[in-house]
Amino acid sequence: MASHRLKSTLVAWGFLAPALVLFLYFKFIPMATALRMSLYEVRTYLGDEWVGLDNYRTIVSDERFTAAIWHSALLTVGVTAGSMLLGLVLALLVEGRAKYLWFVRTAAFLPVVTTLAVVAEVWRILYYPADNGPLNTVLGWVGLGPLPFLANEHSSLLSIMAVGVWKGAPYDMMIILAGLAGVDRTLYEASAVDGATTWGRFRHVTLPSLRGVFGILFILAAIRGLRVFTEVFLLTNGAPNGSTEVLMTLIYKLGLQQGELGVAAAGSVVLFLATVVLTLAVRLVRRRGAA
Amino acid sequence: MMGDRYDSVLGLDARRGPLAVILKILLYATMTVVFAGPLLGVLWGAFSKIVDPTQFTLVPEHGLTLENFRRAADRNVFGYLLNSFVVVGVGLLLQIMVSIFAAYSLARKRLRGAAIVMLLILSTMMLPEEVLAVPLSVVLADLPVVHLDLIGSYAGMILPVAAWGFSILVMTEFMKEVPIELEEAARIDGAGELRTFFSIILPMCRPALGVIGVFGFTMIWDQYLLPLIVATDSPQYTLPIALRTLRGDEEVGIGVLLAAALLALLPSVLAFLAFQRQFVRGLTSGAIKG
Repeated sequence: MASHRLKSTLVAWGFLAPALVLFLYFKFIPMATALRMSLYEVRTYLGDEWVGLDNYRTIVSDERFTAAIWHSALLTVGVTAGSMLLGLVLALLVEGRAKYLWFVRTAAFLPVVTTLAVVAEVWRILYYPADNGPLNTVLGWVGLGPLPFLANEHSSLLSIMAVGVWKGAPYDMMIILAGLAGVDRTLYEASAVDGATTWGRFRHVTLPSLRGVFGILFILAAIRGLRVFTEVFLLTNGAPNGSTEVLMTLIYKLGLQQGELGVAAAGSVVLFLATVVLTLAVRLVRRRGAA
Repeated sequence: MMGDRYDSVLGLDARRGPLAVILKILLYATMTVVFAGPLLGVLWGAFSKIVDPTQFTLVPEHGLTLENFRRAADRNVFGYLLNSFVVVGVGLLLQIMVSIFAAYSLARKRLRGAAIVMLLILSTMMLPEEVLAVPLSVVLADLPVVHLDLIGSYAGMILPVAAWGFSILVMTEFMKEVPIELEEAARIDGAGELRTFFSIILPMCRPALGVIGVFGFTMIWDQYLLPLIVATDSPQYTLPIALRTLRGDEEVGIGVLLAAALLALLPSVLAFLAFQRQFVRGLTSGAIKG
């Protein structure tokens, strides 16, 4: 009997082994490596030298890092809020069972499943800063522009934000739609009987039922925002004049192009901690709100 | 009841007056153009004589041609596409197998330490790959214990995505629903561990396979930083990371970029259109469980 139990335990761990080994090699060992490297000056042939918290001090005091942290935060807040707001509006507009609404939903969702690299390259084209660039032409029809978009340090970060909202809003729309489907229809009817307007119905019935959905979207978007890399790397790579440098593009430059592995690792650890704190904080707030 | 007034918050579908219809058409057309238009532009641009960004349009107006794809072939775009297919094909197969195996153990076996394993898996989902990029590049160059250098190899782009927490969780949730009686019946019939797994459990999980399949596909297809780190020479590039090297061409201008971009966006868009129901189901279940 005992050997039978032993065998079943072994089988269970055997089935788990591939996942655990892969996670160990490609998640946990890199994380430990990051922690270790962040405390050293990493030198390829000379051997690493212990520097304590110097790399972290560099991050806090280096202007490029403080600017990058600021840009990442701005981008995160802008993209998160913009996507959720636009996503909500879109969801309300396309809610329903009609066939044409299904078509609009599907079309609007395409940016979400388009590879980020393609999204960035397409927007580089749309943002082409000449007077007759694609987006400037459209702006010209309504008497606006031309705008420099990515080419000017005052508009570059906002332009990247807009791309994030373009790709993020349809995602939020889909999740909010799932939330809307869960709202009790009889409540709508009841509130109509009570003489509530559409706005009243939305405020007092719909919005409260969506609170949980918004919480989740907020966490997901905030984490996505902090780790943003690909679109910035391809759209501007930090230019012009560092106005769009975010944490990950700076970490990439330092770690993989300039060989400053220690500082880059410290930056990664800080980014990781920010992600964890954010996740836990939002969870905590939500739990308190629910209780 | 179709078009019921209480079908939606705004009840737009039920408004059928002429003005309402015109406004709705304008609204939905704008939405479609804003979100799908740029991608439609890529489609036309890939087949048009389009030298610079000012010629990028939603409708073809510069004459259709296959020249962009010919140039794309000269510049190894189909080689990059092949690399992408190898990575996504092998990667997805491994990812699905690893997920099913792990889920089987977590959902069906009484395992001491299952809670800790679950916690570990959840914690990997809090470790975005971007955060790990720099240390991962160091680890990939010299894997501990086995001392392999995976930089510049397919394995370096595939193995790090072969285990994915999301996919394991979705699969585990699903397997918990498979009635245990079926499994017990198979055991009484004398079926062994692997046979029970393949003949009873696996067929029951077909619907969930669709979900993790389409999500895994998009996840691997969308990888950017990982292949950027691993592929040190251009012949190893996957299509997404090759795009930025194709921004201009002395013969066809940005046409070559658009042709490559079309090839890079088609697989994930087609996967979405083909498995739309699974996709939306996975999206909402994944999001709602955090």
